[in-house]
Order: sequence, then C-alpha cells, then structure tokens
Amino acid sequence: MMKRLVLAAAAAALMSSSAFAQDAANYPNQPVTIIVPFSAGGPTDTVARLVAESMSRDLGQQVLIQNVGGAGGTLGAGQVAKAEPNGYTLLIHHIGMSTAPTLYRQLEFNPTEDFTPIGQITSVPMTIVSRKDFEPADAASLVTYLKENGADTTYAHAGIGSASHLCGMLLQEAIGVQMVTVPYQGAAPAMTDIVGGQVDVLCDQTTNTTNQIKAGEVKAYAVTTAERLQSLPDLPTTAEAGLPTLDIAVWHGLYGPKGLDPAIVTKLEGALQKALADPKVGERFAELGTKPVTAEEATPASLTEELTSQIALWKPIIEKAGQFAD
Amino acid sequence: MDLLSNLALGFETAFTPVNLLWCFVGVLLGTLVGVLPGIGPTATIAMLLPITFTFSPVTALIMLSGIYYGAQYGGSTTAILINLPGESSSAVTAIDGYQMARKGRAGQALATAAIGSFIAGSVATLILAVAAPPLARVALNFGAAEYFALLVLGLLVSISLAHGSVLKALAMICLGLVLGSVGQDVTTGTPRFTMGFQELYGGINFVSLAVGMFGVAEIFRNLETERSREVGVKSSFSLWLTREDWRRIAGPIARGTGLGSVLGILPGGGHVLASFASYSAEKNLSKNPKEFGQGAIEGVAGPESANNAAAQTSFIPLLTLGIPAHPVMALIVGAFILQGITPGPNVINDQPALFWGIIASMWIGNAMLVILNLPLIGLWVKMLTVPYRVLFPAIVIFASIGCYSINNNPFDVYAIAVFGVLGYVLIRLGCEPAPLLLGFVLGPLLEENLRRAMIISRGDPTVFLTRPISATLLAMGLACIIIAVLPAMRSKRAQVFVEDD
Repeated sequence: MMKRLVLAAAAAALMSSSAFAQDAANYPNQPVTIIVPFSAGGPTDTVARLVAESMSRDLGQQVLIQNVGGAGGTLGAGQVAKAEPNGYTLLIHHIGMSTAPTLYRQLEFNPTEDFTPIGQITSVPMTIVSRKDFEPADAASLVTYLKENGADTTYAHAGIGSASHLCGMLLQEAIGVQMVTVPYQGAAPAMTDIVGGQVDVLCDQTTNTTNQIKAGEVKAYAVTTAERLQSLPDLPTTAEAGLPTLDIAVWHGLYGPKGLDPAIVTKLEGALQKALADPKVGERFAELGTKPVTAEEATPASLTEELTSQIALWKPIIEKAGQFAD
Repeated sequence: MDLLSNLALGFETAFTPVNLLWCFVGVLLGTLVGVLPGIGPTATIAMLLPITFTFSPVTALIMLSGIYYGAQYGGSTTAILINLPGESSSAVTAIDGYQMARKGRAGQALATAAIGSFIAGSVATLILAVAAPPLARVALNFGAAEYFALLVLGLLVSISLAHGSVLKALAMICLGLVLGSVGQDVTTGTPRFTMGFQELYGGINFVSLAVGMFGVAEIFRNLETERSREVGVKSSFSLWLTREDWRRIAGPIARGTGLGSVLGILPGGGHVLASFASYSAEKNLSKNPKEFGQGAIEGVAGPESANNAAAQTSFIPLLTLGIPAHPVMALIVGAFILQGITPGPNVINDQPALFWGIIASMWIGNAMLVILNLPLIGLWVKMLTVPYRVLFPAIVIFASIGCYSINNNPFDVYAIAVFGVLGYVLIRLGCEPAPLLLGFVLGPLLEENLRRAMIISRGDPTVFLTRPISATLLAMGLACIIIAVLPAMRSKRAQVFVEDD
C-alpha cells in the first residue's frame, strides 16, 4: 500500500512539474481547473458547471470545477490571484468580486489589478418575495406597507455580503426605512423560514425563488431587473413598482490570474462565447430564470467595464450601510 | 390505493437494469468513501456531478442518493475499528464501538451497525413514502426559537455521553462550544478568534477536529505502548450475534429509528442531534449504564440506527419543498438543477416517476448495502492484522488527503496535527473527546438560533416560553435536570442523616 502511495505521489509531482513547460500555442494540453469560490451545489456552482461542461468540448480538454468556499468568496478568489498565470487555473466569481474590496477592508488581493478578465457569463435576476400570508397584495402596496411598517418587518438574507444582503441594502435605501435584518447561513435556510412563515421578506436570485413562486409557497412582488422575466411574465419589475433605484442582478464573470498570455485569453474567450451560444446551456440557464450574455459581453473589455462600474456603485452603498464583513 | 400504485411506479422505475446498476455503484462508492476517513459524501458527490450530466435525471439522483446513505453505512467502520470517525454521527458510534473492537468484538459491532442501519433505513424510507408532504409542513413550524430549545434539550441530555467524571464532561462541552465559536460571526460578519488567518473565517473544520481528537490522539496513545499494543481484534473474526446480543439490540434499534426519523425531518440541523440523542436515551434507559463507554452493544445499535433513519428522512424537506437540510442535500439540489429540474413542491406531481423512483431505490439500495456490508466485515476486521507501523502512517495519510479534499484548504491539514496533540493531552488528563465534539457541533447552531430568535422577537426573551413547541422542549429539558439531580440530592440527604445519627 505504501509503495503504491509513493508511486502516486511521484506521478502527481511529475504531472504538476510538466505544467511549467507550457506555451500558449499548444494550450490547453492538460485539464483546466476553474475555481468556484462557493460550495458545490449553489447557484454560482451550477452556472460554472454548465459553462465548464460546454467549454471542455471546445477546448478538447476537461474543464474541472474546484470549489474553494469560505469568507464570502474571497478565499477562492485570493487563491486564483496567487496562481501561476498559465491558463490552467481560472476563476468564476459573481457580483461579490465587486463588493469584496469594500466589504473586506483587509482584502489580500485587488480585483481590478490581480486578475486577467476573460468575459461575462450571465446576470441572474433577483425577485422580492415574502411569506405567503404577508399582508401586502402587490408590489405597489408592498412599497406603501414597508414605508409605514418597515421597521417592524423582518428581512431575511443569506449572510453578510451575499446577493440577498446586497439587494436588502438597496431595498432599504429605496424605501428609506431600516427593516429588522435576519441573517442566515446561506440562501436555503433563509428560504426555509420564508416558506415556514417565520420571517417576512426576502430578495433572492431567481435560481432559488422561481420554483417556490410557481408552487405558491411564497408571495412574489417584483423582479429587480429592467425587463420582466420570461419564466414569470406576470411579475412586474421594480421600476414598474415605483422603485427604479432597486436594480440588481447577480452578474458572473470568468477570470484568470494577472499576466495571462493574450493568446490564451483569446482561446478562452472563444470557448466561453461558444459555450454561451450552446443551446443546451441556454436552455438550462432559462430554467434558472436567466440567460447567457451576448457575445459582445463575453469579452475581457466588457467584464473589465462591468467590474469597475460595479465597484464604484457598491462602495458608497456599503459604506453608508456601515456593514462590513471583516 | 394511491400509495400502492405510486410505489409500483417507483419500483418499475428503480428496477430497470441501468438504475439498479448505478444504485449499486452509488452505494458501493458511498460505503468506500464512508470507510475512508475524511473523504465524505460531499467531496465524492461534488467530484461525480460532471459524470451524471450524461445520465437521465432519475438515474443520476438514484446514484447520488446512494452515495449519501451508503456513506452513512461505511462511516461507522473506521470509527469502530480504529477510533476514527469521519462525521459527528460516527463519533458517537466510536465511543462504544471502538471499545467493543478492543475487546475482540469488532465483528459484532460492525454487524450491529449494519443491521441497525438496514432496519432504520427501511422504516424511515417507508415514512418518507407514506407521509413526506405533511411531515415537511410540520417541520416548517420549527423556527429559530424551537431549534434553540431543541438544542438546549440536546445538550442537557447528552451530558451522559461521558462515562467518567460529569465535571470533566461539562468542561469538555464548554471547550467544544469555545472552539465552535471560531470564525466569522453570522450576524455581523466580525471574525472571531481567527488570529488574522482568512482560512479560519469559516470556522474550524469538523473533520479535522474529529480526525485529530479521536484518530490521531488514539495513534499517539497506541504508540506510547507500542510494545504491548493490543491488536484490536486478535482473536475473534466471528460476526455472528448471540441470542443475547439480538435481545439487547432490538430495543435500541427501534428507539433509534424513531428518534432519528423525527429529528431527520427538521431541516435546520435536527439530523446532527440524532445519534447523540439516541445514545443518551439508551444510556439512561439501560439497566447497566456503567457498561456504556466500555463496549455496550446498545451504544452502537441505537446511534447507528438513529443516524441512518435521519439520513433517510432528511430527504423529506428536499423532495417535498426543495429545501436542503445540510450540505450534502444542497449538492443534490445542484444535481437536480444541472439535470434541468428545480426541486420544489411541484416535483411529486410533475415528476412522479422521479420522486417514487428515488424512494423505491432507497429500499433497494439499503438491501444492497446490507448484503454488501456483512461479507465485507470480515475483510475490514482483517485490516487490523496489518502491522501497526504500516497501518498508522496509512491512516494519517488518508485522513490528511480526505480533510484536504473537503475545501482544498491546507489549513485543515495543519488542524489535524494540532488537535491530535490536544486530543492526546486530554486523554492523558482523563477527559473524553465525545462531549467536546458535541459542544463543537451544537454550539454554533445554538448561538445562531438564539440570536436569530432574539432578532425576530425584537429582543423579547419570553418568545422561548410563549411559543408552544419551544416551551414544551424547554420544560422537558428542565425535567431532565430534575430527574438527574433528584436521586443525588436524596442520597446526599440520606448521608447527612446517617452522619447526624
């Protein structure tokens, strides 16, 4: 048994040393690892796995997903920031990439400087839902109700820095009332308590809410994007409901470490765009209540722009709320 | 009858050759990863998710579920043989299971675990089939206040986990609570006791703690007496239970199944209490509580049944409401979504073949597991005849690989070493690791639910008494203390009178 272990260790060492003898021309000639900085099974992980599976076919190499969860996604992102820029370690991160520099005051990496952006992937809309016996009947009456009783209403979110926390900050900013904020460890327990009627309001990704809305387990008020959802066509947008500033979607991007060879970036960009055009990926995204971004958005330039503008957008909101994660 | 036609549909689905094959692959893989310390079902399911892309949804979910409950079977093996539990439930099994192994009864301990698990798994699956939707509704009445009360009750009754000094057990629970508070505060995000390490933001890894405190500490203890080390099972390779054994395990299996089924339904962490609760119940009901901790077969039968029953009923919130009760269930949600099915209340009606197919496959899987595991016991027991100088480095290496594979975090491997040393020191001081582990597991849940209940009630502490379920649970806790303290007080008073004479 020991002999076999030693052999396996030697083989592993050989494999990793061969990684240094790379050049962009024959990239990729070994499996590519995409780090997802959240646990397996979550919405970001699902998005990443769908894209990775399709990218493998174009690149002719396995694209593996490795989940490095913890500290709101900053652990996994930090690992990629420090990785060898050979194209074999990549990152799929969401909106948290743009809030991390404000939420974490001792962040060990710089989202704009320590990465090579490759392209955007998708923007998952969010929906405002409540327990099904919550008083307001529609979006307009929800706004009126919260302006009057917001201080007595409980708002659930999936933890500091989570998408539902960010949406809650925007909602409270929009109605001008501080609600009673109830943190959970993840989206699932928060949804459990909404379905169970233990807390009042939640704003979360369509990935987590669509099915509960369709089954009538929760009451839905609005979707937080400019357009209505195909999967829930009767649900008004926040702008229609009189909350135009409440505009948020959980956008996802693909990154490599700083200093990635431009030829490798181009190859990955092409593979990403092909994956996003894959009808199977589009179909699965639709079931999650989202759609792939256009080919123009799945580019380094577009991702850079989105990242910089989002960092600027969130900085004052988070600082005003005074809720930091470190 | 509806149920019968539904089950017929389920078995029709599960009995196709391809589903039978992958069900078997799932439970086999589950058993194997359960046996390897550290590498648990979470890592395995995450690794195998890409493979299931090409399967039909029902086949994929049958296999992934099989890995999960298969791992519950396998998890007890290393706990019994080498005192190396891979999860909180098998930490309880290790208490008496390892002592049985030291007395040459490893075969019986493993057989008891397999039989208990099989019976519990079958009964819990029946509950799942008959009453899943209404039970899930009941479970939703459990809010933060109720979970807090349940956890308090759990902590109170489980002081009996210790077989030595009660004071030391209390100290260990407190140490566990303190270790459990390491990491980011859920409510405010403030890091606590992280000493500047971002790796500690998520808290100390449970598997590192368990592997260190139990397994590695035990290795140190064994190496100390290497010359005279008892090889766990030198004499008996027999796994047959005597008539007396059967009589002793019947009650614990029945009660464990009941307790585990009920606790498993609660999505907010009921399943972690199952084996602890069952152990406490058996110890308190036993005529010879002194035997517990010295190799009582009831201490293996009860918790193992409870654990497996809870594993099965924890599918209820997932399948009926789309709510995952723990990380493994969250992964299975991921598998559903990758297959294009969003789990939720609609699954039963929209996908009856899927829902009933999974349920039917659980019976088949449980039967496969018992057929697979009973012959394997002989093989596992033989493992103990491997010379220790070969065995212990292998244990350490596998445990380290397993811990690393959970989060790919090197910190978790360092933690094994730290807790190994700490565990050894505690053994030498006569302190037991099980209560510490309990405090560590329940502490964060206790804090989270206490604070959440207080936030929701706007700081009104009477919420624990005005909500009926919570009040009842706390009253039961109070009754436990009174029952535990009364005899002691009476005997003390008697002594006082004697001295007065």
